[in-house]
Order: sequence, then structure tokens, then C-alpha cells
Amino acid sequence: MTDTQTKSQAQHLSTADFDEKLQGAGAKPVMVDFFAEWCGPCKLAAPIIDELSGEYDGKAHIYKVDVDADPELAQRYGVMSIPTVIMFKNGEVATQQVGFPGKAGFVQMLDKALGSK
Amino acid sequence: MSTTHTTLAIIGSGPAGYTAAVYSARARLNPTLFAGFQSGGQLMWTSDIENFPGFPEGVAGPHLMQQMRQQAEKFGTTIKDEFVTAVDFSQKPFRLWTALPEGVLPADFDHKKPEELLAIRSKITALEPTMTADAVIVATGATAMMLGVPGEKEFLGKGVSTCAVCDAAFYRDKDTFVIGGGDSAMEDTMALAKFAKSVTIVHRRDTFKASKIMQERVLSHEKVKVLWNTTLDEIVGNGMVTEIKVTTEGTQKTLPAQGVFLAIGHRPTNRLFLDQLALDSHEYLVTRQSPSKLGVAAAQTALTTEGLVAFPTMTSVPGVFAAGDGVDLRYKQAVTAAGMGCSAALDAERWLEQR
Repeated sequence: MTDTQTKSQAQHLSTADFDEKLQGAGAKPVMVDFFAEWCGPCKLAAPIIDELSGEYDGKAHIYKVDVDADPELAQRYGVMSIPTVIMFKNGEVATQQVGFPGKAGFVQMLDKALGSK
Repeated sequence: MSTTHTTLAIIGSGPAGYTAAVYSARARLNPTLFAGFQSGGQLMWTSDIENFPGFPEGVAGPHLMQQMRQQAEKFGTTIKDEFVTAVDFSQKPFRLWTALPEGVLPADFDHKKPEELLAIRSKITALEPTMTADAVIVATGATAMMLGVPGEKEFLGKGVSTCAVCDAAFYRDKDTFVIGGGDSAMEDTMALAKFAKSVTIVHRRDTFKASKIMQERVLSHEKVKVLWNTTLDEIVGNGMVTEIKVTTEGTQKTLPAQGVFLAIGHRPTNRLFLDQLALDSHEYLVTRQSPSKLGVAAAQTALTTEGLVAFPTMTSVPGVFAAGDGVDLRYKQAVTAAGMGCSAALDAERWLEQR
């Protein structure tokens, strides 16, 4: 529980603003964490996702989707296991990670998406 | 990054690791605990724990682990959310690394082959260690096993899951299958029965290993069926799981399925200690209290003049102790892990005093 860095928070998206944000990102990678409040492994991923949204500020967009609040979005992308993190590029699904791979796993996804412009 | 020193390093953040931390912090050993990338351990995957003493209404796994963590911190444990990637127990003080080479993920340590892991380790140990320690408690625990059948990896997250508690809600009105016969299979079944149209348990034996109370709940549930003496051969689908192939007493059949939940048990995650500590043929760490031939042999060599076993939780390396599911080849309970964590902390404290 360190507070040395300024706490960043990944923004929550809903069905109402999801498409707009995805389109608005242009060529920048968009990483979306599909989670639920009651899921243990999601709790492991959540603070890391928040951290990364600060670290990659300006380079990539990082969002969260609560699958309880927005089941349509989970269904649209075939999310049947949480946490699932989907990396979008130009509005399309680029890579997908099921389960929590540790911070290193998410960093690799982001760096790969940033590297392959 | 310069190397720091600690009297006692604890590797692992399940009930064993946190209990060891509470005890050793109260003994003023100023322990450092490496929580790893799956902080909290297996109980983070459990919704209700009904058999941990002190919680008559049950307790949520993630909540219990958060409480244990706070308790460990309260008494002065330094908790690092870092994953130990290599150890060197061949010299004193012991050396620990948390560096991760390019392209290697923490999860790789669970399934890469021993020779690959040793190659990764030699890269890591060429660097400066992250920390040195006078004593170490290993409490790295265990992880869910996969079956290795065709389709299992391909459909993970697309109908195949190892966490029913997380994913049950996605299987509303669907036909689901749980593979296994222990307590975690029973818990998965009950979690799914809340949502699914049907839950069929596929079990290779003709009786369950699960506790009687869990069995009663499952077997009396109207949505639940059991296929005894049955093995899962293949998971088939097209983007998503559509059916499974199972064999019952020599006869194979194909069943429509939208969800397959694996709960076939756990295996210890001790590959970090290959070549460093004595492991048995199933990769459990051997201590002087292991209920096995190797454990008895280790105990024999550690008898004091009074005929007692010295430091029962000690591994094959003096000063390195072990606790929890990575050692426990028999009981594998949260409460036995916590108990062993306490023993390891007390052993480590006395060992450090006698040095």
C-alpha cells in the first residue's frame, strides 16, 4: 500500500460510451479490463490496471468494463471468463488475455500493441 | 538497484506465508514477505470458506486474505508485491532475485520444463540479487492443474474455465460440466447451479473425495447429475465450446456442452527450487515432518540427543524452512497451511537465535 506515485484510476466504460471511446482513440491502442466486483482474481488485476493507466498515459487508453453493469459488452466480445483483458487496435480486437498474468503480462501486451504500429 | 538484506524472507502470500509473517514480525524479526504476482494465493479464487475456524457465517476468500495481509503488516512485516524469480541457497546469506528476463512471465514458472527454467535462472542469477536473507520460509503453495486434453487450452475463456466462482454468471441457462470430485469441484458445481440449466459432474472414480457436507448439497440439487467412472477425452467447439467427448467404462459418447470447469486438483509450485531444495517425485518440498518416506528419513537424521526432531519444518538446506500446500502432500487446507506457517516461523526464530 504505497502512495508514493499519484494514484491513477482507469476510467469505467459502459455500453453508452464504449464505441465512442474506441473510435476516438484512433490508432492508439485501447486496453479494456472486463471484470466484476465479486471476482477474486479481478481484484488482483484492478490496481495494476489503474497503475498502468497512469504509466501509459498519452500512449495508450486503458479502460474497465464491469460485466455485471454492462453484460452486452461482455457478450459482444465473447467474454466468458473474468478477468479478461482485450487489446483493441483501430477498433478491432488485437490480442486477448484470459486470467491475471501479473503486471509483466499486461506490460508485454501494451508494448507489443505500441510496437506494431 | 542495490541489494538489501533482511533477517528473514518469506516467499508466498497464502495462509502459510501470512501466518509466518504475523508470528515472525511479533518475534521482532522484521520479515520481508514477497507476495508474488498472485497475491493472496488460491483463496482468492474461492467465494465462501466455511471451514476456517472463527467464521460461523463463512468468509469470502479474498476478504480473509486481505485481513491476513493487514495483520501481517500491522506487526511490521514489509510486504513486497514482487515475484521471486530465482534463489541461491548454496551460500550464506541466501540470495533472492526478482528480475524477470525479457519475454518471460511469472506464470511461465508454473509450466515451463525444468531445463528451460534452469536456463532462465542462470540469466537471472548473473545479475545482482534483489535481497539477501539469513533465513527463508518458502510458502509458494500450489496451483490448479489442467488435464492436458485436446481443446482445453484452445477454449480457455471460451467455455473452459478454472474458476467457476468467477465465471458462473456467464453460463445462465447453459449446459455445463465440472470435472473432478474434491471440495473445489463441489464448490464449482454449487456456484454453477445458481445460473446454469444443468451441471454434470464428470468424475473418474465411483465416489467423491469431497467432504460429506459438500457432497450432500451437490447430490441433492435438482440441476446436478453425476457421470461416475468417466473421463473427459476432448473439448470440441467452433470459437466457443459446443460439445465434449467422455468415456464411461470403455464407451465413448459426445455430449452437448457450453461450459467445462476444471477442478481436478492442484500441484505444488516449487519449480523455483529445482536444484536448490529436496523435492519429492511430485515436486512437493521435503521437510522433516513430511508424512512420507523422504520426510521420515530427513527426520531420522535430525534427531536430538533427547530423541526429538529438531526444526521439523526445515528443508534440506539448514536455515530454509517450508510451509503450506507446497509441502502438504496430504491435507491441503487453509487452516493446515496457516498452522504450518506458524510452525515454520517459530522454527526459523529459534534457528536464528541458535546460530
